[in-house]
Amino acid sequence: MQGTAQLILERARELMQSGQIQRVLGWEKGEFEHDPTPAFFESEEELQNFCYNDYCGANLSKYLIAASKLEGKTLVCIKPCDSYSLNQLITEHRVNREKVFVLAVPCPGMLDPVKTEGKDLSQGERKDYLLDKCLCCKGAEHKIADETIEGPSLDLAPEDRFAQVRELEALSPQERFDFWRGELSRCIRCNACRNVCPACSCVKCVFDNPNSGVSSKASADDFEENMFHIIRAFHVAGRCTDCGECSRVCPQRIPLHLLNRKFIADIDELYGEYQAGEEAEQRSPLVNYQTTDKEPSDALKGRG
Amino acid sequence: MQRIGVFVCWCGSNIAGPVDVERVAEAMKSVPGVVHSTTYQYMCSEVGQSRIMEAIKEHQLTGVVVCSCSPRMHENTFRKTAQRAGLNPYMVEIANIREQCSWIHKDKEVGTQKAIVLAKAAVAKVMLNTPLQAGTSPVIKRALVIGGGIAGIQTALDIADAGYEVDIVEKSPTIGGRMAQLDKTFPTLDCSACILTPKMVDAAQNEKIDIISYAQVEKVSGFVGNFTVTIRKKARFVDELKCTGCGACMEKCPSKKGKNEFNMGLNNRTAIYIPFAQAIPNVAVIDPEQCLKLKTGKCGLCERVCSAGAINYKQEDEVFERQYGAIVAATGFKPIDLDAFDEYGYSQSKDVVTSLEFERIMNAAGPTGGQLVRPSDGKHPHEIVFIQCVGSRDTSGCGKPYCSKICCMYTAKHAMLVRDKYPDVNVHVFYIDVRTPGKNFDEFYRRAVEQYGVDYIKGMVGKVFPEGDKLIVQGSDLINGKQLALQADMVVLAAAIEPDPSARKLATMLTASMDTNDFFTEAHPKLRPVESPTAGVFLSGVCQGPKDIPETVAQAGAAASKVIGLLAKDHLVTNPCVAQSNELLCNGCSQCERVCPYGAISYVEKEIRGPGVREVRRVAQVNPAVCQGCGACTVTCPSGAMDLQGFSNLQIMAEVDAICK
Amino acid sequence: MQVRQDWKPKIVAFCCNWCSYAGADLAGSSRRSYPADVKIIRVPCSCRVNPLFILRAFQRGADGVIICGCHPGDCHYTSGNYYARRRMTLLFKMLEYLGIEKGRTRVEWVSAAEGAKFSSVMNDFVQTVTALGENVKLEDLRCKEPLN
Repeated sequence: MQGTAQLILERARELMQSGQIQRVLGWEKGEFEHDPTPAFFESEEELQNFCYNDYCGANLSKYLIAASKLEGKTLVCIKPCDSYSLNQLITEHRVNREKVFVLAVPCPGMLDPVKTEGKDLSQGERKDYLLDKCLCCKGAEHKIADETIEGPSLDLAPEDRFAQVRELEALSPQERFDFWRGELSRCIRCNACRNVCPACSCVKCVFDNPNSGVSSKASADDFEENMFHIIRAFHVAGRCTDCGECSRVCPQRIPLHLLNRKFIADIDELYGEYQAGEEAEQRSPLVNYQTTDKEPSDALKGRG
Repeated sequence: MQRIGVFVCWCGSNIAGPVDVERVAEAMKSVPGVVHSTTYQYMCSEVGQSRIMEAIKEHQLTGVVVCSCSPRMHENTFRKTAQRAGLNPYMVEIANIREQCSWIHKDKEVGTQKAIVLAKAAVAKVMLNTPLQAGTSPVIKRALVIGGGIAGIQTALDIADAGYEVDIVEKSPTIGGRMAQLDKTFPTLDCSACILTPKMVDAAQNEKIDIISYAQVEKVSGFVGNFTVTIRKKARFVDELKCTGCGACMEKCPSKKGKNEFNMGLNNRTAIYIPFAQAIPNVAVIDPEQCLKLKTGKCGLCERVCSAGAINYKQEDEVFERQYGAIVAATGFKPIDLDAFDEYGYSQSKDVVTSLEFERIMNAAGPTGGQLVRPSDGKHPHEIVFIQCVGSRDTSGCGKPYCSKICCMYTAKHAMLVRDKYPDVNVHVFYIDVRTPGKNFDEFYRRAVEQYGVDYIKGMVGKVFPEGDKLIVQGSDLINGKQLALQADMVVLAAAIEPDPSARKLATMLTASMDTNDFFTEAHPKLRPVESPTAGVFLSGVCQGPKDIPETVAQAGAAASKVIGLLAKDHLVTNPCVAQSNELLCNGCSQCERVCPYGAISYVEKEIRGPGVREVRRVAQVNPAVCQGCGACTVTCPSGAMDLQGFSNLQIMAEVDAICK
Repeated sequence: MQVRQDWKPKIVAFCCNWCSYAGADLAGSSRRSYPADVKIIRVPCSCRVNPLFILRAFQRGADGVIICGCHPGDCHYTSGNYYARRRMTLLFKMLEYLGIEKGRTRVEWVSAAEGAKFSSVMNDFVQTVTALGENVKLEDLRCKEPLN
């Protein structure tokens, strides 16, 4: 990883010196190895705090919405899975492609600080410490890049990302209800999932808008917990790249990605396989249709 | 603060029978915002309406709820009533307590309770209504017809006849289209050119019609009544105003290797050419791919022989803009490429031809002077096999799933013409079904069979291949349950027709929708068959779906009448119940634009100023003249920036709340 | 759970103006009854129905929500019901995934000529929802009437 970080830094410095880029969007060293945070670096001096280590799981693409409004180009470090989000943001005109220099960086799979806490990493396999989202890695290929830094990638057969969705689907309605009530009742409406989500990029969220008729700051009732998460998942359906950031940042460890994956699984099954952000200018399945689409009654047939 | 009046109609005993209208009116008095509530026998009557008007004035009502029959019946009536009393007509809501209450619930208590709930929902909605103004937009009194075949010509003639100016943009050097290539027409067997060319001349001589040939539409902007269209007129290298069409240039031109498009490539033409004798405009054009002067700089013969001085090798494309109130797509069709149907041997033998090629062979002005001879060796054929449904009704994916509609009839025509002119030629027709729904069509087909002895074989052909100087046609005869192997001298393929490839690009420019086969979609398949869902765009001829000449002419006239109806207006009144984008909330994500069936949404970079905001953002704008108010965009918009006037998010949720209380 | 004796479900029906609302009118003019528990909200097109409205209805005490539109291919706006079909399919599958009884939500295509169908659809839907009983999984206790 240190080698990769060095290569990124060298290239970033060169581009900054030549004036091709104005700033770098990357990760800043934290107090510990496991807590680097996304940051903008405006000068070579600031770049001294740049880091790229095993804990840089954060997806930086959403910060480019803000960077698009700034003077000059921003160099962004994009891991393979982040590249999908960036494509989606470009498709939706939220990020100005011309304002971005995409430095595709290799990813060997990122570690989950919760899983590694107090552990001796030399014991067990790397897989045991990976972020959940890395276990369903979409592969080492970047879907968008101006330049690529070579380096080690994750050597792991990805798990079936829909396995848990299928497990839930196999339960009875009451069991599913109890499962989700158990999960969603832990929600503290900190909005971390929303704030980190690259697809949740509204200038003003309906839940924050007092004129929307549905605003709610804190969930006063079970219903509002359900409502917030159903609507959030619906609003990103067809646009969610399954980057897994929502679950990664949830302080309550609610498996929110299982809501998004349900939509993805249904879209794949009903309307053909679709990966948001696979390329720019795709048409999301929810703003598309086939005259032969399955009828809702048929799609809802089967298990109670 | 809203002041709402509620007017409960008895509708005679229709409502007052199963619903206690007085109790409904009484119950509404205690609803916050309601300042007046009353009943009357017939609210829609003059007396009923004046009661509403009086109440509006007396109680200074800001909103009106009429509890009566369906809004589909009298919403407009009561809107006008409100307007006459000085209230904005969109401050009226109807509670449907007849069709959806009194007529279906026999129990008076149940009906009355439901009527109260429906009335409360209407009050909840009207409390959030805002006065809406119907806008107007001017109409430019000129039409554009894209495509100069029989569809485009007929539409243009009819529009011009009503006194409006109309331009025809035709991509080839002459108007006339496919019909000009046909020999005879079914079921009357009159000569196609004889009935078409007078119409072409009419179009050329009509002062209101401007024929812009050898040109294409490059860009369309604007909306109904107010389109701006960029047209590129390709360089002909011949001055259209000077050329007299004498043809001297064609006689001298040494380059004779261009494929003659008019004859479907069956023979060659010179580099400078007039597509056919009756071309309109009757002006030569130079094919830059073939012209020696343009390619090598050496030649210039045509310039020397042109006494009119019309040749101009330096001519360039001309690009110009024009404005129109209405646009008609009349882009027509072409036969499909037969690459995917090589089992019929089209690429292997010159004697396997398409039906359109056969038209040219049979035509007196065609490559053979009207003599039926084999393209390969010029010999007279004795056995001809026609194969129908080549690529039509084909669900294998190679061809088209639809029926091309015209092939059964023109094949019968070809078969009959051959037998009539050359009784020594045997004619066999392989068919799946013979479809003859049209005036005098079945009689025509039966004549081919009974009078002319055409051998119709129900079955499909599996393979055609050359053997010696013959063609072997292997097919099945389903009626006799036999496999056949016929020896033929010529095989004619009734190739499916498909929309002209230019239509797809045009549809994008017009934001007009197309089906999966690239035919333009109608605004309504039954009730609005000549209008596109995009306001101000109309459809004429085969671009909308396969049709024969009489149907095309009928549809062309219908499209013209729709255009005339539009151009006759000085202003268009727009429906105010349209989508509106709140720029402060808009993300500029373009999702709404993608679902809009009318192309009513566009994006602008705009400086947005709001609480704590001052920046340039990409935001959606709705053109109220184009939006039809379906609301598809409103649900696509995650931030709720897009809302629908008259059916806003808050209004519908207020109704939901009132109903569920 | 205490069940009220005379419990009747609350049903919200969103009907597009051009087909289903007209179909409901026809059901009325041909006197084809269906339970008064069904209350219709008129929308221009089935594509106007926002998932927020559906959740709102459940929150405020609805026990079933049905969306009616023109038959596929017949949409007044050409494509609105196709979008609605995808949206509602996905939303209803999500509600099912969350353990909400799928009988509480439905999409039906009813044309302006299908008054009889409108009535039979509503009768059937009311029956289904009645059998499911009160919506407790998506209720908002603050919106409930207190039990007597």
